[in-house]
Amino acid sequence: RRQDVLTVTPWLAPIVWEGTFDPEILDSAYRPLNLTIGVTAFAVGKYTRFVRRFLESAEQHFMRGYRVNYYIFTDSPQSIPQPQLQPGHRLVTVPIQRFSSWQEISMRRMEAINLHVAQVSHREVQYIFCLDIDMVFHSPWGPETLGDTVAAIHPGYFAVPREQFPYERRSSSAAFIPEGEGDFYYGGAVFGGLVKKVYEFTKTCHMTILADKANGIMAAWQEESHLNRHFLSHKPSKVLSPEYIWDDRKPRPPEIRLIRFSTVNKNYKEIRN
Amino acid sequence: RQDVLVLTPWLAPIVWEGTFSRDILNAQYLQKNLVTGVVTFAVEKYVQFIDGFMRSANKYFLAGHHVNFYLFTDSPEKISHLQMAPEKHLFVIPVQNDPRWQDIPTSRMGIISSYIHSQFQHEVDYLYSMDIDVQLLAHIGVEIIDTLVATISSWQVTPQQENRAHETRPGSPAAIPEGQGDFHYTASFYGGSVAEVYKLTRACSQGVMEDRENGIEAWWHHESHLNRYLLQHKPTRLLSPEYYWDTEL
Repeated sequence: RRQDVLTVTPWLAPIVWEGTFDPEILDSAYRPLNLTIGVTAFAVGKYTRFVRRFLESAEQHFMRGYRVNYYIFTDSPQSIPQPQLQPGHRLVTVPIQRFSSWQEISMRRMEAINLHVAQVSHREVQYIFCLDIDMVFHSPWGPETLGDTVAAIHPGYFAVPREQFPYERRSSSAAFIPEGEGDFYYGGAVFGGLVKKVYEFTKTCHMTILADKANGIMAAWQEESHLNRHFLSHKPSKVLSPEYIWDDRKPRPPEIRLIRFSTVNKNYKEIRN
Repeated sequence: RQDVLVLTPWLAPIVWEGTFSRDILNAQYLQKNLVTGVVTFAVEKYVQFIDGFMRSANKYFLAGHHVNFYLFTDSPEKISHLQMAPEKHLFVIPVQNDPRWQDIPTSRMGIISSYIHSQFQHEVDYLYSMDIDVQLLAHIGVEIIDTLVATISSWQVTPQQENRAHETRPGSPAAIPEGQGDFHYTASFYGGSVAEVYKLTRACSQGVMEDRENGIEAWWHHESHLNRYLLQHKPTRLLSPEYYWDTEL
C-alpha cells in the first residue's frame, strides 16, 4: 500500500508503483492465459551497440515466465547480436530504411510499428510494449504492466506542475496542448497495450505527425509530443510510474523505491551523427 | 483519498467518492456510445419496492445516459405507470412465482444468464444486477462501468478479515478455505460487460444446481457462489460500500 504517491488516476486507471500490487496474484491471473508479449525497439545506425545489454537485461527481468518476442527494427540486421534466449523467447530483426536525421528516425517509429503490427505482430502477440533501445532493465517488469493502453510517467516531470510540462505549445501543431490542460507528461520511451490498441494509436500518432510535416512543423519532442496529445484525449487504461522509465542521470527521490528500466549513459553527440 | 484503500493488490481501482472525476469518465463513456442495462427482480412482497427503486434509479442511476431497466416480476399488472426519463427505458418481464423464497435469489442467476444469451447481449454493452429493495440516495454514474465489477459489503470494509459469511463446508463449490478470500462482495449490486456477467451468472447458477443435487443449500445462497467466483476471477473494479448499504445494519 502506498500513501506517499497517487495510485489511481481521476479516470480510475491504476498507477503502478512498487507496493501497490502483489506479483503472485497477478501471475496467477495472467499465466493461464498463455500470452505472448511483444517488444519493439529501434536500433538504427550507432544504436545497435545498445542491443546486447538491452536483451540480456530483458532476459533477466522482463516478463519472466511468459513467452516474449523481441522485434528489433534496424537498418543493419547483420550487426544485431543474437544472444542465447530463454525457452519461449524469440528475437526477430525487422529491416527498416535508414533516415537522414535522428529526428526523422524518431518520427518514423509510429509508422513502422503500425505497419509491423498490421503485417506481422498482430498474429503473434497479444500485448506489445514499444521501448527505447538505449535502456537497461534493473528490476522485474511483469504482468502488472499489462493493460489495454499503457503509458509511463516521464521521470523528469512526475513531481512538476502541469504548466511546466514540455507539451507542444504552438497551436499550429497537431500535437498542441493548451496551457491549463494535461494530466501527466508521458515518456516516449515506454508505451504499449493490447496489440489492437497499439495499432490504433500508432496510426493516429503517425497521422498527426504527417499533418505537422505537411505544415512544415516538427513538434518540440517529436513523437513524444504527439503521444502526449493522444493520451490526453484518449486516456490510458493503465499508467506506469517512473520506476518503469527512469533516467540514471537524475537523483533518485524517496518515492522511487526501485528502478526497473532506465537509460544507459551515453554521449549524445557521438551517437546522433 | 488517503484514509481508504483505493487499489486492490491486483491493481483494480476501488471506487470511493473523491477518487475520480465524473466529468472525465462521462466524456470517455460518451466517446464509446455505450448502452447499459440493469436487471432487477420484484417477486411477491418485493413488488412494493418497485416504485421507490424505479423513481430513485430514474433520477440517480447513470443520469443522462441510455439505460435499459429489465424488471422481472410475478405481478406485472401491479406496475403503476412510471414516468421514465427520456433516455431510460423500462422493460417488464413476467416470471413464474416460486413457492420457496430461497429459490428466488438462486434461480435469478440462471434467469439472468439465459436472458443474456437470448436477448440482453444484443441490446446492451454492460449489465448490472441490483436488488429491488434499495433506494438510490445519490448519483451512481459511469464510474461503475468496467469489465467485471463487484461491490464490497458494507460490513466488510476492512479487507482480508476472517469472514463468517463465506461458505466453509468443503463439499460445496462455494467453500473458501478459512483465512483466504480478499473482500466480501454483496450479491445486491454487481455487473460488468455483458460477456463477463454471462460467465459469472452461468458459473454461479451451475454451482447452485450442483449444491442442490448434493443436498447442500449454500448458506447465503447465491452470494457465496458469487464470492467464490470472484475469488478466482478477480473483479477489474470494486465499488466501495458507498454504493450499497445493507439497511438491516
